[in-house]
Amino acid sequence: MAVLVIAEHDNNILKTSTLNTITAATKLSDDIHLLILGKDIETLSNNAKTIHPIKKILKCDNSKLENFIPELSAPIISHIANGYSHILAPASTFGKNLLPRVSALLDVTQISDVIEIKSENTFVRPIYAGNAISHVETNQNINLLTIRPTSFEKCEETGGSASSEDVQFIDNDVKTIFIGREVSKSDRPELGNARIVVSGGRGMENSENFNLLYDLADKLNAAVGASRAAVDAGYIGNEYQVGQTGKMVAPELYIAVGISGAIQHLAGMKESKVIVAINKDTEAPIFNIADYGLSSDLFQAIPEIIKELNLLNKLES
Amino acid sequence: MKVLVAVKRVVDYKVQIRVKSDNSGVETQNVKMSVNPPDENAIEEAVKLKEQGVAKETVAISIGDEKSQDVLRTSMAMGIDRSILVKTSNSLEPLAVAKTLSKIIEKENPDLVLMGKQAIDDDSNQTGQILSALLDWPQACFISDLKIEGNKLSISREIDEGIEKIKTSLPAVITCDLRLNTPRFASLPNIMKAKKKPLDIIDISSLGIDTDPKIKIIKVEEPPKRKAGIMVNDVKELVEKLKYEAKVI
Ligand SMILES: Cc1cc2nc3c(=O)[nH]c(=O)nc-3n(C[C@H](O)[C@H](O)[C@H](O)COP(=O)(O)OP(=O)(O)OC[C@H]3O[C@@H](n4cnc5c(N)ncnc54)[C@H](O)[C@@H]3O)c2cc1C
Ligand SMILES: Nc1ncnc2c1ncn2[C@@H]1O[C@H](COP(=O)(O)O)[C@@H](O)[C@H]1O
Repeated sequence: MAVLVIAEHDNNILKTSTLNTITAATKLSDDIHLLILGKDIETLSNNAKTIHPIKKILKCDNSKLENFIPELSAPIISHIANGYSHILAPASTFGKNLLPRVSALLDVTQISDVIEIKSENTFVRPIYAGNAISHVETNQNINLLTIRPTSFEKCEETGGSASSEDVQFIDNDVKTIFIGREVSKSDRPELGNARIVVSGGRGMENSENFNLLYDLADKLNAAVGASRAAVDAGYIGNEYQVGQTGKMVAPELYIAVGISGAIQHLAGMKESKVIVAINKDTEAPIFNIADYGLSSDLFQAIPEIIKELNLLNKLES
Repeated sequence: MKVLVAVKRVVDYKVQIRVKSDNSGVETQNVKMSVNPPDENAIEEAVKLKEQGVAKETVAISIGDEKSQDVLRTSMAMGIDRSILVKTSNSLEPLAVAKTLSKIIEKENPDLVLMGKQAIDDDSNQTGQILSALLDWPQACFISDLKIEGNKLSISREIDEGIEKIKTSLPAVITCDLRLNTPRFASLPNIMKAKKKPLDIIDISSLGIDTDPKIKIIKVEEPPKRKAGIMVNDVKELVEKLKYEAKVI
């Protein structure tokens, strides 16, 4: 049977999380359909036709769908759900906001945050902030899964030639009005899929000091992240939070600066390939999982690292 | 206005959890249990609404075994007026929790339901969204700011890109992020007072809903352990290791 992937996008381009979710779908079926709900999505849908694993694009283009209000999207999805064995969405705030509503409409239990697909009905997911791994089995007619993007590679974006079909917009007397979005603009790579992440914690002391990390990040072409403590203290926006109740990241290199290493933080970054910890407290738990630990004052260490990187760059050029 | 708060009893967030040796689940016997952290934010918000005169009555509800009474007592010690325990010895999936809540809501008729964005044991992050769909009430998830005027709500939600602002109206279901407010500590006199506040116990079987699990847990395992690496002596050594040993920069 076919598998449906719900696209996360901004009405212009697909988010990388969609490409990761499509890869998860390839473990379930060769017949993968991509559902795009949005406003003025003609170009977006046309571009998506070349995504290798996608056989069919389903689209619903309506001005009311511009801001992804789940009360409007969920009925559209549940209306077409019958043709599918599985419906997948990224385990991002977009997918988390939407897919449970679909589960309510279809009366099935959703499986959140899938990190591995063992078979058509057996899935693996972390629980307790990743301190335990649960293998679950289900025999429901339709399986709803949110997929942890960092656990699946991006799919090929070229080589495909999907067909395209419109799906019916279902109007609904929705009470919610979208007012606006405060989105931080930056030229740095996106936190969720950057190759290198430099994260700061309470040890950064204030928002000005985060400039140190921005400088380091720019030297490494890295994304910037943060602990909840740093976000709570207002040093940096909530979109940078890594951890159980923030974003999951799994870069090649994660540099934790002035972060103690609470389990809720580790939940979001311990799948990183190489972990570096910089902390002045030699007892900080972050050192227990770091590949390279540096016990030092960060205000000394970070400028020195930048200097060393500059030297390296000079040697190479 | 009447506010209902959903409170789950979970292993305390400071506990280093242990997977049971037979791989059937996580050890919850003889470990410290507490109110699910974001549910404390939901409680705090409800109590604040009462103090501001916006809410007339606040009710906490928990679905769980006998012991879940303790999180309801804590809720009342923080200022919730009364509470309801829906008793079950099974651990329910979010769909079943939401169905149970919707049954209670039919009887209680609240104007606002406040809950946590995610239970930190199963990390499902579903129940509020499902409940909102079952009731056909607006949903506002992962919120970090709430203003109420009449029956109009102005809300800030935390999303991956930053903050989203929406307006909606009552009745509504709201799920709270930890940044919504700072939950108060229950003072000793309030803990004493809470012992006298009403706590009704309903057996889940009396609600006539299907709460059978749709998902079977095959096994629960320890995650692969990361071992500690090395301590480097200085920045120079760190950068060299990253460049020539790990080859990541
Ligand atoms: C339900 C729940 C969910 C949570 N979710 C998350 C989450 O998603 N993400 C998250 O990060 N946290 C989360 N937390 C919070 C978590 O428990 C910790 O409180 C938080 O991660 C601590 O952040 P921190 O390491 O920056 O601060 P701290 O624990 O205060 O550590 C600061 C560190 O900086 C070091 N330091 C200070 N100054 C310097 C200096 N000059 N040079 C070098 N080192 C220095 C200190 O030695 C210390 O180790 C959650 C908590 C709960 C209850
Ligand atoms: N057994 C329960 N009793 C009361 N409330 C619950 C229960 N399970 C979940 N909730 C509520 O639903 C929220 C989200 O839980 P979940 O969808 O399981 O992550 C929690 O923060 C609680 O407010």
